[in-house]
Order: sequence, then C-alpha cells, then structure tokens
Amino acid sequence: MQNLFAPGHRACAGCAMPTAVKLILDAAGPNTIVASPTGCLEVISTPFPESAWEVPWVHSLFENAAAVASGIDVVMKRLGKEDTNILVIGGDGSTFDIGIGCISGMFERGHNVKYICYDNEAYMNTGVQRSSSTPFCTNTTTTPAGKVSFGNPLPKKDMPAIAVAHRVPYVATASVAYPVDLRKKVKRACGIKGPAYIQISAPCITGWNFEAGNTIEIARLAVETCLSPLYEYVNGELDGVKKVRSKKPVEDYLKTQGRYRHLFRKDGGAEVIGKIQAMADANALKFGLLD
Amino acid sequence: MADSSANAGLKLESMKVVEGSYALAHAVMCCSPDVVSAYPITPQTHIVEHLSQFVADGLMPSEFITVDSEFSALSALVGSSVAGARCYSATTSQGLALMFEVLYNVSGMRLPVVMTVANRALSAPLSIWNDHQDSMGVRDSGWIQLYAESVQEAVDLTPIAYKIAEDEDILTPAMVCMDGFILTHVYEPVQLLDLETVNEFLPPYTPKIVLDPKNPKTFGAFVDPSMFTEYRYMQCQAQNKALSAIERADREFSEIFGRSYGGLLEVYGGDDAEVMLIAMGSVSGTIKDTIDELRSDGVKVGLTRIRSFRPFPVEAIRKAVADAHVIAVIEKDVTVGNDGALVSEIKAALYNSKVGIPVIGFAVGLGGRDVTVADVKRAVAKALAAKDGRMDHEFEFLSLREELL
Repeated sequence: MQNLFAPGHRACAGCAMPTAVKLILDAAGPNTIVASPTGCLEVISTPFPESAWEVPWVHSLFENAAAVASGIDVVMKRLGKEDTNILVIGGDGSTFDIGIGCISGMFERGHNVKYICYDNEAYMNTGVQRSSSTPFCTNTTTTPAGKVSFGNPLPKKDMPAIAVAHRVPYVATASVAYPVDLRKKVKRACGIKGPAYIQISAPCITGWNFEAGNTIEIARLAVETCLSPLYEYVNGELDGVKKVRSKKPVEDYLKTQGRYRHLFRKDGGAEVIGKIQAMADANALKFGLLD
Repeated sequence: MADSSANAGLKLESMKVVEGSYALAHAVMCCSPDVVSAYPITPQTHIVEHLSQFVADGLMPSEFITVDSEFSALSALVGSSVAGARCYSATTSQGLALMFEVLYNVSGMRLPVVMTVANRALSAPLSIWNDHQDSMGVRDSGWIQLYAESVQEAVDLTPIAYKIAEDEDILTPAMVCMDGFILTHVYEPVQLLDLETVNEFLPPYTPKIVLDPKNPKTFGAFVDPSMFTEYRYMQCQAQNKALSAIERADREFSEIFGRSYGGLLEVYGGDDAEVMLIAMGSVSGTIKDTIDELRSDGVKVGLTRIRSFRPFPVEAIRKAVADAHVIAVIEKDVTVGNDGALVSEIKAALYNSKVGIPVIGFAVGLGGRDVTVADVKRAVAKALAAKDGRMDHEFEFLSLREELL
C-alpha cells in the first residue's frame, strides 16, 4: 500500500478518518490533488509547518472546498492534465450543511472532481454538535437527550440522493469497515469523467462515545444492521449493493455507543429503537440489501 | 499640476466611444487571465457579459466559470490561483459582502487575484446605485484597493493592478474600484488597450510554487499563535512595498502607453490651494469642474484625489496637503456610529505630522444620489468657514433632505 498520508498526524487514536484517507489516496494514487474544507481532517493533518500530505493539498475555508476544486479542475483541463485526480475530502458538516451550495454548483457544472465525505454524523471538530447528517434520536451537544428529549429529532439527510438528483454520474456509499470495497469505489470514481460523490461511514470515538479499539467493528455493525447501506449509483441507476448476509437488530449497533445510551435508559426508548429499526428495514427493502 | 497628464497618451482618432463595462472587459481580455469566475450582479453584469462574449467568440482563450454565487466565484479562483493561473473576477455591493470570508483568505494565502468592484451601495434599504460603502466595508481584508476617476483610468488600472499584485515581493490581491453605473454604464471615448502592448507592460504570471503532483506542497495550513502575527506582519510589509510599486507601475505604464495618473494620488488645482478637497473615484470629475469655476473667482481650492486607498499613502498625503489651510474630505460612505472612513484615515494620517489644520468630512452621493457642483461649492464654503474657526460639524451629510426626516 502506498503511504500518501504520513503517520504522525494528530487524529485521535481510533479515529476512522485517517484510515479512510489512507485508503482513498492508495486507490487514487500519487497523481492526485486534494482540496479539504476546514474540519478535523484539516486540523489534524496540517499544523504549520507540518503536513501529513504526500500529495498536493489545499485548504481554503469551511464551505468552499467544492468551489476551490472547481477552480483547480479548469486549470488542469487548461494545462492538458485531465488525468490528474482532483479530490475533495471533507466531513459531513461541510458537505451536508454549510458547503452544499458550492457542492451543488460543482456537481451541476460537471467538474471532474470526486467529492468524498468522511461521514461521522456531527460537527466533531467543534465538539459534537448536530449536523444534518446526524441520525434520528442521536445525543449531540446541541441536540442533547434530556427529560423531554431523545436527542436529534430529525432523520439523517439523504445526501447521496441529492448527488444523484444532480445527475452526478457516480454516487456511492462506503465504510471504513470494508476497505476493499472502499478502494474499489474510489478507483471507479476516478475512472469516470465528471463529478462523483462517495460518502464513507467513519465512526468518531469522541462523538459516538466508544472505546478506541472498536471503530471498525462499529462501522461494520452500521452496515450489518442496514443503517448504513453500501450501494453505488451509476448514471442515476442503482448499480450494486453490498449484500447483508445476516441482518442484525439495530440494538446491536446502538448499544455500542454512548450517543445512544439514553435509548436504553429512558422510558419510551424502546419505541424510539423501534422507529430506528423501521428505518433500517426500509433501507434493506429500498436497496435490496438482503438475499 | 498634473491635471491633464492622463490625456497625453490619448489620441482622439484612435479612441472609441464605448460603454465603460465594454472598455473594462476589453482591458481584462488584454491581460490574458487564465480563469474568469464571476456571478452576475447589477451593475457589474455588463463587464462579465462582454467577457463571456469574448470567450464565446474565440477572442479570449480564458476559462469562464459560471458559478453559483459570488462566494463560489472567488472560492473557485482560490483553487485556480493556487494551481498557477492568472485569475479575474468582478463584483459589487452584496456580492462583495458575500465574498467577505474569501477576501481575507485570498490575501492571507497571498494569491494575486485581480477583481473589478463596480461600486454600489449596500442594503438595507436596497439600492442598486453607486456609493463606496461596499469596498470601504472590506478595507481591512488585505487587498490592494485602487479607485478610478474615469473609464480610461479603470481600464489602465487593470494591467497595473496585475503588475502590482503579481510582483513576487508583494503577492497581494488587488481591487480596481470603479463607480457603478457612473463609470460602468457610461459611453465615452476610450483608448482601448491592445494585447501586444499590454504583454510588453505585464509579464506572464509564473508562480514558483503551485499545486503539482510531481512536487506536492501543502497550501492553507493552519498556524498557531506562535506564528500568526508574523503572517499578518508580512502582509503589511507587502502592502508597504506596494506603495512604491504603484508609483513605479504608473511610470512604466506611462512610458509604454503615454498615460500617467500620478501614482498613489493625483493633486489638482495648483500648488497654492488653501482649501484642499480630498476624494476618490468619479466624483473627482465634478470636483475638478467646481475647482475650475471657483479658481476663476479667485478661491484657492485644490483636490487631492486618492487613487490608492490600500495601501494608504500616508506620506504622499502629508506632502500633498502640507501647504493647505483646511481640508474637506468628500466621500461616498459612512461608518455608521462614527464619521466617514476616508476622513477618519486622513485625520489619523495627519495627527503625528506637522500638518495642524482643520479637517472636516462630508458624506455625499450615498445610494447613487447625484453630487453636483452646487454640493461641492457648499462643502468648500463650509471648509472656508472652518478655516476661519467656524466649524459647525467635523462630519456631516452634505445636502441632507431635512424635509424627509
């Protein structure tokens, strides 16, 4: 495996994001330029004068990485360097929320930019505040569980569907628990001309509140419960899914994480878990995850 | 003094009557930007429409990105500039305000983007008409700000802005500010630039470090408190270097094109001015006409027209007003809660100098209200009174319509 993301960065032990980045860069190869928004990745990888990046990398602001990448794309075309992979790698806050205008513009203009979101389902860099990627009834610091609340009252935004609606030729979800699948999807995205969107389920030890050794296991459970379905859309059509051989109940996933502890302690928690189970079941049906 | 030196390179037979936006867009084309990224907003639209047509007609081999907002417009240029491209944008008012965050980013990353600001008022109340509130509102964003009096000057400032911005000792983005509608939409005779001569004046942009997979570098790293101050200090140093670079560029431009504007500022009306008016932009034309009238009546009035607001030419201003008896600043902005931005800075520039004369300021032309010769005469009358010890107000709204209040 090529090491284009150097060790010695400042991510938490057990963070899924550096694993995702290493896999992404290994698949994309050295002929790659990365733009990243502000966020954990930027902060842990580039404290001046240090940098973990072995490929050219640029950070401008929180919400503009897709626009920055658009600007890089037109220059690469102009220089006849269209074979250079242009990636955005950013978190869910900058992707689902504050950067979505720039992302929409980049998708719609059809730039040759592969937008990859490491999705840890909240604003982790600022201290676990809710984003629109935060799942239903998750405890965050701005949607805390309390006497009259089960946490985030809203379901997770369907960002891949938004990408598909932009006629993005390649849209996929991936997980750090499935590295071969993840690398294959990055390679496939890089092989397609035009924009792509890949959303990678990437557990956060502090925000999800679990022991550092359990990252991959929790990411796997998200897939096995059908809460994080792995699929690909090519030219707007569902092109493949990662089948779930033995579907697990959502409790198996929820109970591994402190952010769902309230569901097992509060009256009415079982009802909420039932609703989350229904969401997982709907995913299984929608994507045909089960044989 | 230098009142008509700008006309020396103008030959009537080769001038064309064109719209200001066309002339400006033509000047941009002659600067050969690799990437243009812009979002439509009145009164900037004609500039980008003309540029789009130049590209569509194959006259201008630039990439034109039709972005989703002004925020994206300038953000895309961050990517293009870091990738080594010469970059251009144009905006105004709300668009400039939407760019606020990116403006600081571009200057902090030392990217020599050039942008035309078609000056317009800021909402609310909504106004599409001219004043300087927009660019004044971003005076601290680290960009060079040059203000044009005429279409010709805005045209000529465009390659000059690139030359200064791309100077490797400076590497600082630059705004060329031209009054919305008054200059962007006026038809007047202009000496259009040509590619060959601009190439002679403006060397190609060849940055040493760019996004290149063969030589991977990190751009836009964060800096902790032990080093942040030094980054800001270096930006200030670059702006200080721009002071002499602006003068130098004006001379070099004059040698090639035969037109000079006086560099950091222009002084009009004669060395003996007792009342020194200070202004920026197109209102200077009306002020000059007023000065001509008043001078024929024996009133010793002059104008110091600030061309470079950033960097602010403190020494040049002190020199220009050294022999005056009173200063009246006429400006198209107000910093609500204090006085005007320009008069504040003029006072600050003079405070530790030997110039100990009264300074008064006037807000004029806000939201596009016409500024007339009568308005300027009113300001001069108030200045003369201040000179004689009768200063009613240090700062006031000139020709305020009291009946509306």
